[in-house]
Amino acid sequence: MRAASTAGPSFRDRFELSHRVRVGITAAALIAGGLLPLFVDGGGGFIDDATVALAYVMMALGLNIIVGFAGLLDLGYVAFFAIGAYTMGYFGSLFHITANGGEGVHILVAGPAAQLPGLHFNFFIIIVLAIAATTIAGMLIGLPTLRLRGDYIAIVTLAFGEIVGRIAINGDEIKFLDTRLTAGRQGITPVDKIDLPFLETFNSLELRPWYWTAFVLVLIAVFVNFRLRDSRLGRAWIALREDEVAAVSMGVPQVKTKLLAYGTGAAFGGVSGAFLGSYLNTVNADQFQFSFSIFVLAMVILGGLGSIWGVVVGAIALSFINNRLIPDVLNDVPGKIGLDFDLTELSFGIFGFLLVIMMVLRPEGLIPERRRKIELKAGIEGLVVDEDTEKQP
Amino acid sequence: MAAAGLPASTSGAVSSVRRFLAQNGLIGVLLIMPLAFAFHDLRTEGDLSRLGNNLVDGLSNGSIWALVAIGYTLVYGIVELINFAHGEVFMLGSFVSVSFFSTIGLTVATGIPGLVAGLLLTLLVTMFALGTLNTMIERVAYRPLRNAPKLAPLITAVGFSFILLNVGLLWRGGSQRSIPNLIDSQALLVSIAGVNITRGDLLAIAVTIPLVLGMTIFISRSRLGKAMRATAQDPDAARLMGINVDTTISATFMIGGLLAGAAGLIYALYQTTIWFFQGFTAGLIAFTAAVMGGIGNIRGAVLGGLIIGFIQQLSDNRIGSQWTPAVVFAYLVLIMVFKPSGLLGEQTREAG
Repeated sequence: MRAASTAGPSFRDRFELSHRVRVGITAAALIAGGLLPLFVDGGGGFIDDATVALAYVMMALGLNIIVGFAGLLDLGYVAFFAIGAYTMGYFGSLFHITANGGEGVHILVAGPAAQLPGLHFNFFIIIVLAIAATTIAGMLIGLPTLRLRGDYIAIVTLAFGEIVGRIAINGDEIKFLDTRLTAGRQGITPVDKIDLPFLETFNSLELRPWYWTAFVLVLIAVFVNFRLRDSRLGRAWIALREDEVAAVSMGVPQVKTKLLAYGTGAAFGGVSGAFLGSYLNTVNADQFQFSFSIFVLAMVILGGLGSIWGVVVGAIALSFINNRLIPDVLNDVPGKIGLDFDLTELSFGIFGFLLVIMMVLRPEGLIPERRRKIELKAGIEGLVVDEDTEKQP
Repeated sequence: MAAAGLPASTSGAVSSVRRFLAQNGLIGVLLIMPLAFAFHDLRTEGDLSRLGNNLVDGLSNGSIWALVAIGYTLVYGIVELINFAHGEVFMLGSFVSVSFFSTIGLTVATGIPGLVAGLLLTLLVTMFALGTLNTMIERVAYRPLRNAPKLAPLITAVGFSFILLNVGLLWRGGSQRSIPNLIDSQALLVSIAGVNITRGDLLAIAVTIPLVLGMTIFISRSRLGKAMRATAQDPDAARLMGINVDTTISATFMIGGLLAGAAGLIYALYQTTIWFFQGFTAGLIAFTAAVMGGIGNIRGAVLGGLIIGFIQQLSDNRIGSQWTPAVVFAYLVLIMVFKPSGLLGEQTREAG
């Protein structure tokens, strides 16, 4: 007992903050995040970027379950974004315009959407549908990867992501009973705005309600992530990640655990996709590119694989770099220092450069998972011991 | 006796069928499309010349993918990294070669001896330039992360892929550029039973075969090649045996870059259009080819490249080019289901 308590601090980095300070910082960040919209223009670019960033946080949290907790490298996460967004498009737009003889189907919707043709479901119903669709899709995509390991999983998920993306782009050629499968590059637009009970229907001029909705969704996602990580299932994921053979021989059900990782991780992508479909007011096939999967994966790895707060920070950082820092802030720099060239042409080069720099400087991520940090440290200590023994005659 | 033997023989039959499927299921999957279209052609046109043309075009396209796929497979075999920047290296191969042959004054009007000499020079320069570039990328983006968590280099690879993409965009703009059709790549060379072989096909084969053969001999015979194979098997043991692992890894990236540069030149001459985004799809397709053949396996990468080229050509010609990536990736998933180790078996550390 006593030995354990004295051994505790030796694992800690000298610079590591105490538990109480960390709780304080987290609480302060959450309060600041919740109150942020009160201090900025409700229709401005900043809150727009912040809302999108929160939606990305949700996706990164989902991918973190698959890659960070369960250790299954997924390069096709965009598929779940697509499926979630198309669920929103199918059940909350004019897309099925001939449904019910042109009168439309309306379930628990108020506001302008209640008079329009097409399918119009309540946002909560759509969220549930999106979760169901993406969970099933996640498990289906997971099935062929069960026999595989390491990077082969990455390749199969990449392939599925690309196939879903291709179907989204060319889906307007596929017709079932004279409805197209997707609207292709044209996009399904307009999409119903979120309509919550006791509140007015959201609109695109006042972005604060959107922000708070995304914020609450992220809070729920973070909470669910923590509960999952500390649950029996979460421990099974981590066990599989650390050593598959050992975990299976200890009685961890491999198939069920892996499929649940895919399904759960995918569900977050679905919720975020449905939200973004409504927020961006379009479900456009061009959104679902391979580079988006990589973008979300970069958030997870940059933040720190498996570390929930790390992933939140990584996602916010990358989406702000991509959506705000590069296009809005850096673009003025050449003009100010008297150079005449357009920095927008360099945007993804700068993004790539930042990725390289950040990874080289901090390969373990911004806020590494504690377990990994201990491992890394133990690894280095082990190395030192080896060198000492080598020097001995 | 007979009653006892019967169940055993049926289960023997079942297991032998299963073994047959496990060994040949992949080949069966690969044959679905060619056989279906062969049947279709025989019924509607009465001969197989269309399929034959698809095969020839597919093989010349495939030889480009094969060259790129070798780069992927070598790098994966030795450092277990999906080098996402490799497709962009291939793209820059096209750009460098086009710029170089315009600089030295090769035009459509150049005579044949001058053209051959000029293109050979272009090939050498491009290969050297891209080999150097690939080595430098390794030095900057991957070597500092040698002891980092396994996924960290993946992100720097993606980062470099974006950087190179941007270089391409700045260099030649965002649209497809057509380039002088130096070798008149669609000109008919010979036609055998309705199957047309064009100059472009000849060029692709004539460049690819010597390069692949030379590289195979280099890896199997030379000292450095031996060091590469040793490092791929076990870097620590190789280091203990006195192999300079860092140099060996640099050499691997060098070879990958050389071949990608050659592939870039062939692509430019064969397709006669280049643009900055060509490397992205090419990279994914070539990686698929490497996995299909069995990653880490050079012969597998070549075979995989040729097969993917054929599948792609079939899909372009019959289904529609907008569906080609989906078809190629569907094949990839099927391969992973039937035979995860690829056609010729993988040769990596994890495979043991």
